[in-house]
Amino acid sequence: MKHIISALVENKPGVLAHVAGMFAARGFNIDSLVVGRTEDPKLSRMTLVVVGDDRVVEQVRKQLARIVPVVKVQDFAGQPVVARDLMLVTISAPPEKRPEITAMIDMFRAKVVDIGPKSLMAEVSGPESKIEAFVNVCKPYGIKSLARTGTIAMPRQTKTEV
Amino acid sequence: MKSKSSTSARSAKKSTTKTGAQIIVDTLIEQGVDTMFGYTGGVVLPLFDRLYDAPINFVVPRHEQGGCHMADAYARASGKVGVVVATSGPGACNLVTGLATAMMDSVPLVALTGQVRTELIGNDAFQEADTTGITRPITKYNSIVKDVKDLARTLREAFYIASTGRPGPVLIDIPVDVAVNKCGSAGSVAMDLPGYKLRAKGHAKQISTAAQAINKSKRPVLYVGGGVIIANACEELRAMAEEAHLPVTTTLLGLGSYDQNKPESLDMLGMHGTAYANYAVQECDLLIAVGARFDDRVTGKLATFAPGAKIVHIDIDPSSISKNVHVDIPVVGDAKVILRELAGQVQYQERKVWFKKIAEWKKKFALRYDQDSATIKPQYVVEQICRLTKGEAIITTGVGQNQMWAAQFYKFTKPRQLISSGGLGTMGYGLPAAIGAQIARPDATVVDIDGDHSFNMTMTELATAVEHSLPIKVCILNNGYMGMVRQWQELFYGKRYSKSYLSNPDYATVARALGAVGITVDKTKDVPAAVKAMLKEKKPCVVDFRIEREENVWPMVAAGKSLSEMDGLDILESMA
Ligand SMILES: Cc1ncc(C[n+]2csc(CCOP(=O)(O)OP(=O)(O)O)c2C)c(N)n1
Ligand SMILES: [Mg+2]
Repeated sequence: MKHIISALVENKPGVLAHVAGMFAARGFNIDSLVVGRTEDPKLSRMTLVVVGDDRVVEQVRKQLARIVPVVKVQDFAGQPVVARDLMLVTISAPPEKRPEITAMIDMFRAKVVDIGPKSLMAEVSGPESKIEAFVNVCKPYGIKSLARTGTIAMPRQTKTEV
Repeated sequence: MKSKSSTSARSAKKSTTKTGAQIIVDTLIEQGVDTMFGYTGGVVLPLFDRLYDAPINFVVPRHEQGGCHMADAYARASGKVGVVVATSGPGACNLVTGLATAMMDSVPLVALTGQVRTELIGNDAFQEADTTGITRPITKYNSIVKDVKDLARTLREAFYIASTGRPGPVLIDIPVDVAVNKCGSAGSVAMDLPGYKLRAKGHAKQISTAAQAINKSKRPVLYVGGGVIIANACEELRAMAEEAHLPVTTTLLGLGSYDQNKPESLDMLGMHGTAYANYAVQECDLLIAVGARFDDRVTGKLATFAPGAKIVHIDIDPSSISKNVHVDIPVVGDAKVILRELAGQVQYQERKVWFKKIAEWKKKFALRYDQDSATIKPQYVVEQICRLTKGEAIITTGVGQNQMWAAQFYKFTKPRQLISSGGLGTMGYGLPAAIGAQIARPDATVVDIDGDHSFNMTMTELATAVEHSLPIKVCILNNGYMGMVRQWQELFYGKRYSKSYLSNPDYATVARALGAVGITVDKTKDVPAAVKAMLKEKKPCVVDFRIEREENVWPMVAAGKSLSEMDGLDILESMA
């Protein structure tokens, strides 16, 4: 099962290396790892998507918490969260295909962020499933290059999807 | 010898500002450090200059690995934090084995390493190594200080992290310019560790659940690891075990936590543990683990480990719980506090049937060896050392058969009596460990029970022992083999002794050349006299016992087998 784990860490050199090294050394698999600043300049948030059974994920959580500059670890499994990925994708788009492609981009509430002579770049964000679906519909046109962030997530205050 | 120039250089610096080096020495003294180990080099010269007349007993090993093991054993023997210093690059790299040894066995250690000037870092400067990168997975915490203002705080944090919770080595890397730079005030000194939280007390409900389980159990076993010794909780352990009337087995590092002369002692469990400990664990209905971590050398095949048992696990490190074995009743916290709590809640139970069964196993499968052998049996040597030191010596060991015979045949009664590399199994640990332990406990008799090849790895440290006039004793159980490797090759590789023997020097001659006393013994009848002579020596003394070359350690649970599937029981029984 996939778990989204969020770790608040001190904003110090070596912390990312420590976390990444721990995963490698203990043979845990990471699907994605995102690091970014938070509202507090002394803290960063790492969001990790980890695949494994409950025992493995429990160890992941405990081993993370054991790293001295890791301040707080949460496993979001079983709680309502907002989880989002961001993707930039350059699609082959000769002029005759553009209306069709932009319509598709609109349908996904994605945005065209750059246009070249034979291609255009779209920006799409959303849950991982939406990103995957967007990748699938782009494939027939030809994906030239693609960059994804991996998941970031926050727990919801309300129980219903907004 | 103190030269005038250094004293005048010192007085020239008279001002309110301190250099980084001065801050380091002042913080060490503030932290109660009176002894440290280390080796000099280019980038640590400013620090060594400050140490020139500091009130700290400084021991220089012949190799940084030795120094790190000395600091480690100093910590294990005293309960204080061990401190080791090394220069950048090669010096820091030579600490690696020592740090990993301390990490695996949860030893409180602070390592200070020099680093090249801050502006050169990352440029492949002379003697530059990425010390924090190299040591990150083998330290509890490490950090590089790039501003002298952070130095005092970081050093305090290092001592605090090393010595609290589940202890471990902490390395602080200090570029040479940081040691030279001046700091207006003392810098920031208040610790700032938002991610470091300690859980001491243990959940009250979990403790009472554990107590109820103990009270209900018909066949309990208490399984004790080194954590109980680290927590200084052996008195509490004894009290709880007596209160509830429990049989007690320990890991290698747990030896000494519980008096092995008591009838309730099952001695050591695991791969070379006693049959009675292993059988008791396999047949118990409740296993109470305290400060132990279900290492594979202890559990054997996990799937069949303690199959009928409910498991209580008391440990300060939450990540140890349910890591290898599913735990039914976890209690996270300080063993001392939790055992004291438990002692108040358990009730004495006779458990007649269980103790009768244990007594039968103990009788049937007692550790035995051939008493009539003319060639020296290693077990006999250890027994004689135990007898003639009245079971009160501090024992350090090499790794291999020597370590297992020391664990099996010396009867430990007190904590911090056995100092051995358990988790990492570091050959070469024994001699530097004896030096560190002797420095920590000058009045104790310290005996290194070593293997010939383990001794070969760090024997250069004999010179350190001689220099400091330490009365350590080194007993080499010299079988001319990497005995433990040979045993596996005999049993599992058709006696093809591939690369497991080398020619050895004459150890008595080596000892004498280095200024120590050397004795060679090759007959069983000469063993007691040699041990007595050794114990009388004031100088470091090496005794080369030429033992039976192909003796094996029994019993043995082969790798991957269940604890109850022991080899060698027939051999033990045949010698009854
Ligand atoms: C540094 C290191 N290298 C290799 C090993 C693997 N090893 C374990 S026991 C052993 C043989 C030890 O020989 P010796 O010190 O003579 O002890 P004996 O088993 O003969 O008592 C070896 C090579 C180790 N534990 N440590
Ligand atoms: Mg040997």
